[in-house]
Amino acid sequence: MKTFKIGGIHPEENKLSADKPIEVLPLPSKVYIPVSQSLGAPSKVIVEKGAVVKTGQVIAKGESFISSNVHSSVSGTVTKIDDITDTSGYRRKAVFIDVAGDEWEDGIDRTPEIKHEITLDRDEIVRKINEMGVVGLGGATFPSHVKLMVPEGRKAEYLIINGVECEPYLTSDHRLMLERGEEMVIGVKILMKALGVSKAFIGIEKNKKDAIVHLSMICSKLSGIEVVPLKVKYPQGGEKQLIKAVINREVPSGKLPIEVGCVVNNVGTALAVYEAVQKNKPLIERVVTVTGKTVQKPSNLLVRIGTPVSTLIDHAGGLPEDAGKVISGGPMMGKALTSLDIPVVKGTSGILIMKGEESKRAAALNCIRCARCISVCPMGLEPVLLAQLSENQLFERAEKERIMDCIECGSCHYTCPAGRPLLDYLRLGKNKTGILIRNRGKK
Amino acid sequence: MNLLTVSGSPHIHTQQSVKSIMYGVVIAMIPAIFVSVYFFGLDAARVILISVAACLLVEWTIQKYLLKGPVSITDGSAVVTGILLAFNVPANLPWWILVIGAIVSIGIAKMSFGGLGKNPFNPALIGRVFLLISFPVQMTSWPVPKGLFGSQITDAITGPTTLGVLKEGLDAGKTVQEIMASPEFPGYLNDLLGAQGGSLGEISAIALLLGAAYMLIRKIITWHIPVAYLGSAVIFSGILWLVDPTRFVDPAIHLLAGGMMLGVFFMATDMVTSPMTPMGQIVFGVGAGLLTIMIRVWGAYPEGVSFAILIMNAFVPLINNAFKPKRFGEVVKNG
Repeated sequence: MKTFKIGGIHPEENKLSADKPIEVLPLPSKVYIPVSQSLGAPSKVIVEKGAVVKTGQVIAKGESFISSNVHSSVSGTVTKIDDITDTSGYRRKAVFIDVAGDEWEDGIDRTPEIKHEITLDRDEIVRKINEMGVVGLGGATFPSHVKLMVPEGRKAEYLIINGVECEPYLTSDHRLMLERGEEMVIGVKILMKALGVSKAFIGIEKNKKDAIVHLSMICSKLSGIEVVPLKVKYPQGGEKQLIKAVINREVPSGKLPIEVGCVVNNVGTALAVYEAVQKNKPLIERVVTVTGKTVQKPSNLLVRIGTPVSTLIDHAGGLPEDAGKVISGGPMMGKALTSLDIPVVKGTSGILIMKGEESKRAAALNCIRCARCISVCPMGLEPVLLAQLSENQLFERAEKERIMDCIECGSCHYTCPAGRPLLDYLRLGKNKTGILIRNRGKK
Repeated sequence: MNLLTVSGSPHIHTQQSVKSIMYGVVIAMIPAIFVSVYFFGLDAARVILISVAACLLVEWTIQKYLLKGPVSITDGSAVVTGILLAFNVPANLPWWILVIGAIVSIGIAKMSFGGLGKNPFNPALIGRVFLLISFPVQMTSWPVPKGLFGSQITDAITGPTTLGVLKEGLDAGKTVQEIMASPEFPGYLNDLLGAQGGSLGEISAIALLLGAAYMLIRKIITWHIPVAYLGSAVIFSGILWLVDPTRFVDPAIHLLAGGMMLGVFFMATDMVTSPMTPMGQIVFGVGAGLLTIMIRVWGAYPEGVSFAILIMNAFVPLINNAFKPKRFGEVVKNG
């Protein structure tokens, strides 16, 4: 069984919603669409208060190389353009829309017919993906068209599709592979064409046997796409870990996957690419898992971007009485939400509701130097040392100990028997060390 | 509605805790406790109880009245130290010497450095070595194994330890073969099962191995330190034995006799005082193995495990600095 080699953990999987088909969430009455939904520069709002918009209409334009268009996910009236607290907890600009009907922009193919033939050429594909606001749906929301433009002097050999879904609880990618597998695979073909590669791998953890079987069957009729079953181990879906597992190459410290001839995209992204290129449909909705041990109806919902989290929770049976924490994403890397009005964005893979007693951290004890954090770190770092250096503000030394390699997977903190908040210190240290490095560059 | 908690990821946590690790070690010591009570009778139970109680009391007193902070004696670490200290002394040790040992172990070797996790040296070993140097007579008067309901052990009836007999014999100019043929010598089987003189917990290799297996299965310890320690001790003593079998005993005796098994599995693997990376742990184990044999063969004391581990404890910060884990993406070997 293929896997990454260094470190890793195996938390309880708790895939409560794995057998729940994707349901279309009814349209909400209001949406709040943040205008910076991708890594890079925020997009520029091009609608005004009072404007009437259609579903799929561009409402914010990406103006720099690393930025992306944002489209209206509903039809209705723009009521205001104001700051809203988003998933990160920061206040950022968003377009507020009151929903009226569901009138779509012209030119978007909404028929269920699957279009197999890829007619656009490479440049047209990249342009289309950019135009349709497709970003990485695995969580990092890196604009997809940028990944497709291979820098001078580098060559893409392989496309790796991330269907690992190693986070406990989450099942949105799993359901998507099962129910939209055929379209997703066409998306993979499109990405292969855009990159000019002849080989693609779809990495899937072995706990999703049905998805492995289903996609293997689809791919057996095509050439150049191979499904790779992977060992169930967190963080198998980390970009660098996935590359190591699938083609046994290590992305060097501080470098991108293209350094080893790879481009990695999530399965959700591949589907979005299919819809953008074949159906002319912008990225305005995504599959979101709503789950938790005490959630009445754990479900997988197809949700319009901008829908408030509370709408999703209501659909899944309402906020349980014992709810103590609401998380956007999975339990390992997700962010705890400060409010239930926060909207679903392109990077929202799941909403996880934790029980009250599971929500609070235990008090941290003294480190007993058991070295479990070192043995589980998938990057081969020493979290205990890096946390100490951060705590003591020794960032120069932290840089030498490779703090910037940390992928923030949280395995160290998860596994610490003394309950020390290692990742908190590592994040702080990465932030400060990053500032240090950037300032050095300026001199 | 309840207020929601907001905290950084990760939001789930392993079940393993400091407590579960410490009590896991206690469980692993149960076979050796049984063997000690079987061979030394209720005296062994007396020593273990006094030692554990004294360690807990010292820690509680210091945390409550000196530091005036939270009391954490339930975390199990003082219990582990207490049992280990008892394992390292003869079964007939007077109670007040045990209490002094507990004060040194917990008070000086552990709490003065900041408590659990902060001590550079293994507390139980510091306690043992302190007692060995301060009370050499009491600490080396090994009671003869009597059995659970045997008559009261007195200081007058003392039995030989394997390593003690060896050292004396060699110092008197006898060859290894002559010593091993003498009736005083306990022999391999007794070393393995525990029918020999010695500290409470060290007499039975089998009981200690059982406990070690438990700790390995529960992932409380890893194989690195024990394998490196035993490996280097066997190889080094094996070389000496091959060079001159009349002056040096075979490696099996070194493995089974004295505190080797106890030290290797229960004290060298103490996570607080051993290196943190696999490579560092191997270096630590090899160093401790070499030092143990050197002290046993050429040192003034017949036994060298305690000193060897304490000396290697001192090197731990250096070892941690010198042996880093293999970083991801460092050695780029592609293909």
